[in-house]
Amino acid sequence: MEISYFARIREDIGHGSEIISLPENISDVNGLIKYLCEQGKNYETAFKNEAALRVAVNQTYVDFDHPVKDSDDIAFFPPMTGG
Amino acid sequence: MKILVQDQDFDIAAEISELCGGRTDIGAIVTFTGLVRDFHGDNKVQKMTLEHFPGMAEKQLEAICKTASDRWPLQGGTVIHRYGPLIPGDRIVLVITLSAHREAAFEAAEFIMDWLKTEAPFWKKEQTAKGEHWVDAKTEDNKRKDRWT
Repeated sequence: MEISYFARIREDIGHGSEIISLPENISDVNGLIKYLCEQGKNYETAFKNEAALRVAVNQTYVDFDHPVKDSDDIAFFPPMTGG
Repeated sequence: MKILVQDQDFDIAAEISELCGGRTDIGAIVTFTGLVRDFHGDNKVQKMTLEHFPGMAEKQLEAICKTASDRWPLQGGTVIHRYGPLIPGDRIVLVITLSAHREAAFEAAEFIMDWLKTEAPFWKKEQTAKGEHWVDAKTEDNKRKDRWT
């Protein structure tokens, strides 16, 4: 699974993307966030405020209960501020 | 509609000419240009950096323009969004809409901007005398987007 991070989330975590092997017991975005938070304080900081977190699976915005699988491309980022 | 996500500046007149050159069926051209302001509240903005999600940014802009084209009788249009380091006065975003009549062109341009603000994956970071900070999303922007639904 490839995971990308943008803007504040990227800075909190310390890198823009990574490839992980998705543990078999993780089935949705919520589970993935919980797993990542166990990987270090930087992830905990990045994900602590869910109101300021957005997620895309394969470049489509989804909710946190959306299913994930190892072949997905995931992206985490804050609410958008373009324009 | 033409969609571009680029670090370079754009030329509004050249973009209009490209859309309208030789055509006589167009009755209205609306353009919106978003610029970098030199203030945010009481803080003076020195620089701005725009980060984007390559691939998804283009995809979202295309989806927004498709929705606009389905909703209003447009005869064409262009959306250009820049990324990278910018300074006050720099152009950030361009929306051009063409229609036979002004109402559709005005409304579609506003719709595209309102949706782009909250649905296209771009993020602004401002540098002021007090340091750098990510710009927070505004609830007002969500309200502006929601009034179209």
